[in-house]
Amino acid sequence: MKHDDLRQTVLRVLGEIAPEADLERLQPNVAFRQQLDLDSMDFLNFVIALHEATQVEIPERDYWRLASLDGCVEYLAQRLSARQQ
Amino acid sequence: MTWQPIIKSAHDWKVPPNLRDYEATRREFSWAQARLALEGLPSGRGLNIAHEAVDRHAAGPRAARVALRCIAQDGGRQEITYAQLAEQSNRFANVLRQLGVGKGERVFALTGRIPELYVAALGTLKHRCVFSPLFSAFGPEPIRTRLALGECRVLVATEPLYQRKVAGLREALPSLEHVLLVRGRGQAGDLPGTRNLGELLQEASSHYTIEPTDPEDFALLHFTSGTTGTPKGAIHVHEAVVAHHATGRLALDLHDEDVFWCTADPGWVTGTSYGIIAPLVCGVTSIVDESDFDAERWYRLLQDERVTVWYTAPTAIRMLMKAGAETARPHDLRSLRFLASVGEPLNPEAVVWGRAALGLPFHDNWWQTETGGIMIANYAAMDIRPGSMGKPLPGIEAAIVQQQADGSVTEVTEPDVQGELALKPGWPSMFRGYWGAPERYRACFANGWYLTGDLARRDADGYFWFVGRKDDVIKTSGHLIGPFEVESVLMEHPAVAEAGAIGKPDPVAMEVVKAFVSLRAGYQPSDHLRRQILAHARTRLGAVAAPKEIEFLPSLPKNRAGKIMRRLLRARELGLPEGDTSTLEASDH
Repeated sequence: MKHDDLRQTVLRVLGEIAPEADLERLQPNVAFRQQLDLDSMDFLNFVIALHEATQVEIPERDYWRLASLDGCVEYLAQRLSARQQ
Repeated sequence: MTWQPIIKSAHDWKVPPNLRDYEATRREFSWAQARLALEGLPSGRGLNIAHEAVDRHAAGPRAARVALRCIAQDGGRQEITYAQLAEQSNRFANVLRQLGVGKGERVFALTGRIPELYVAALGTLKHRCVFSPLFSAFGPEPIRTRLALGECRVLVATEPLYQRKVAGLREALPSLEHVLLVRGRGQAGDLPGTRNLGELLQEASSHYTIEPTDPEDFALLHFTSGTTGTPKGAIHVHEAVVAHHATGRLALDLHDEDVFWCTADPGWVTGTSYGIIAPLVCGVTSIVDESDFDAERWYRLLQDERVTVWYTAPTAIRMLMKAGAETARPHDLRSLRFLASVGEPLNPEAVVWGRAALGLPFHDNWWQTETGGIMIANYAAMDIRPGSMGKPLPGIEAAIVQQQADGSVTEVTEPDVQGELALKPGWPSMFRGYWGAPERYRACFANGWYLTGDLARRDADGYFWFVGRKDDVIKTSGHLIGPFEVESVLMEHPAVAEAGAIGKPDPVAMEVVKAFVSLRAGYQPSDHLRRQILAHARTRLGAVAAPKEIEFLPSLPKNRAGKIMRRLLRARELGLPEGDTSTLEASDH
């Protein structure tokens, strides 16, 4: 998946969990939880939904890398390209 | 599966526990004796929580000891000694005096875990006002309800939280006169109707003498949720500090040199009783971490800050378990001495996991907003039966009772019988009432027992075991959520005809809020509509109280009085037998 597609996937998944969020104003390099009203269960559900959408295995120790939009895209892109090699 | 007890011996103690012999301590303990461990206001002017927590230490050998070590979201650290905390809280008390705020008036706080919260709480208590913390993850509606019910006169808030959740409510809150904002860097200019707390503190005098305080003077107001109606504001008095101190020593085993970390949010009673008051009264150093849960960072904090006593919650422990013991392994956690957990029953796997991953078992304990302090606990020097909440604190009489047809209750003395957990009133931190709701307070008592609303059983050796809630209150991530508050907000949505909220079992959070809704004529179930209703609920209630799941039903099961049967919704969700449905109105499945 290209970065742009990944970005759209992440935003779509986020929009399912927090449909009230104004995703157009989301700052990509700032943690979601500093900008949006997400609790820890929302974040867990977000990670699970990302896995379902991308089929990328996301071990718990990597969760911190998914804290922001840029972080998610970078992490997923890295994992997907590693899988192709 | 049955779990082997965790047997304790003197080899397990890094320091001798405060409570070494449970039965002997229980026999010898009295609350009058416990009161003598505190100082009281000078010249016999009464008992004030803030004096015991701060001023007493600031005037003695602990003055230069670090009271709070605050770790900000950006990683910045700030250490505040007992002497500094005494001075800062004096300033806050003087700010209240200058604003003309009088004894007994309510000061609310809406902040994260930041130093100003502690300064405001203690300054409020010094000025003999009533301190009431709000949960910052609540949305505007729960916040409005609580500010209005408690007739808030002063609100201390961070600027972003105020702007997002309160600014739009000012007209609906006539009693709210003063909003004191904690301003971050780069937040210039004043918002209308607010003052800058930092400036006010700077201008105020650092000297303040606490006026005579009756131990029965109101000190704290903590809101909790019931099944029906508005939230209930449990009132606690200054005498509660006797229990905060005794339970800090006996249940959390706090010793003078400890570094203590309570991870609870300040918006809940644990965040006040054991996040603010108990560790300060015991004179230890507290870690105050502003950030949210993150497994890797938490282990680093435990290691770097050399935490000795850690008080956390089952949801957090289960998230650590998900992260795996290997996340803990690279960290040096040898400073840890005692681990405790509260908020909901800790499953035996988690108790035992503590020992494998952290080298120590978790000690579950039980209490609630109304009890003000820990009532039933597992102790450092007592064998643990994994899954049990332990035994009653010295000074606490707990029992299993069953309600009779006439409303009276009788004690069940035979072991392993399920009933309602009840406590004999009289301990210092017991709530003295629900704010403005005397009849709801009275309804909590029968035949000389305080009825907790929790179902439990006691085994033959006196260990208590949690069974469930007696009512429909939802227990999620250690917080109680009132289904009525959730349903009321869902009903505001133009498409919603009926709503019922239940706790759906969840392996991490114990329960998550799930809502069932039926739609008004002209609306069709769709993903789009579900998202709209969810967005509405999250905006109004905040992430923590809003449903995580919404399911459409053609209609909701109701009894003949038209009341929605949450019990039945829950039974269907779990695939359980639905019980006696003879009083139900037919529901078209």
